[in-house]
Amino acid sequence: MNSLPIADYIVAVIFYFCIATTVAGALIAVLAARIIRSVCGLMICCLGIAGLYYFLHSPFLALMEILIYIGAVCVTIMFAVMLAEPDEPAREESRGAAVLWGAAALAIGAAICWGLSRLSLAVKWTPPAAPVNDGSVKAIGISLLTTYSMAFELISLVLLVAIIGALVIARQGRNQS
Amino acid sequence: MNFLHAHEQADIYLVLAAFLLAVGIFGLVRRRTLIGMLISGELIFSAASLNFMALNRFAVPDPTAGQVFVLFIMGLAAAEVAIVLSIIIAVYRNYRSITTRKLSELNG
Repeated sequence: MNSLPIADYIVAVIFYFCIATTVAGALIAVLAARIIRSVCGLMICCLGIAGLYYFLHSPFLALMEILIYIGAVCVTIMFAVMLAEPDEPAREESRGAAVLWGAAALAIGAAICWGLSRLSLAVKWTPPAAPVNDGSVKAIGISLLTTYSMAFELISLVLLVAIIGALVIARQGRNQS
Repeated sequence: MNFLHAHEQADIYLVLAAFLLAVGIFGLVRRRTLIGMLISGELIFSAASLNFMALNRFAVPDPTAGQVFVLFIMGLAAAEVAIVLSIIIAVYRNYRSITTRKLSELNG
């Protein structure tokens, strides 16, 4: 593909760095005791996923991942963290019950990860014969406004309803207090 | 499996998506506040998006289909976060707490 032999190693190192970022961010997001660190873990995870989208030939979605998830979703969660007091409470149940629940959650997670990995590795994914288009931003725009125009309009409606609903719900609590 | 060209094979992406889903469900079971559960839900969304993108890249003739779908998933995730956070703030105003153990008024 390219003449420089070391370029393959550099690409592989960047790829594994993206994977390590994703895994580390996900683990921080789930295991951190303070919620604010958990939100930061979600940000790191999304950054790694954006890098993986770039490797999957979609720089547009990589930018959108950074813009929407890190720029909008995580910042909105930060606002809620500041408005409420969401730190994990001290455990009320006994020590043995806590360990039992942790072990149960770990067993469920490990079973799902193992089963799905086995399932997806067992299938031989055949590459398509010939791509219909090049998957560039131009092609995405054309298919958004032709093939998927109905869903495109519907999602704008969903966003509008979500904004109005969020305003109504948050305002009701203010009137009662 | 060639580790130097692993980014040109679907396997590692699919395993990573399964890992993200498992971590998300683990957090959903284990977290005891509503915001922690919301973050785990976002991880599950990310897992679905990554799975779509991987199969879109390696097994589908139309490369735009998966990208458009992932864009829709991102839009739905943003709408979901807005709704859930307004619910969380309303719950916090009424109960002064968002730990799931205290929100048990319907618990008979």
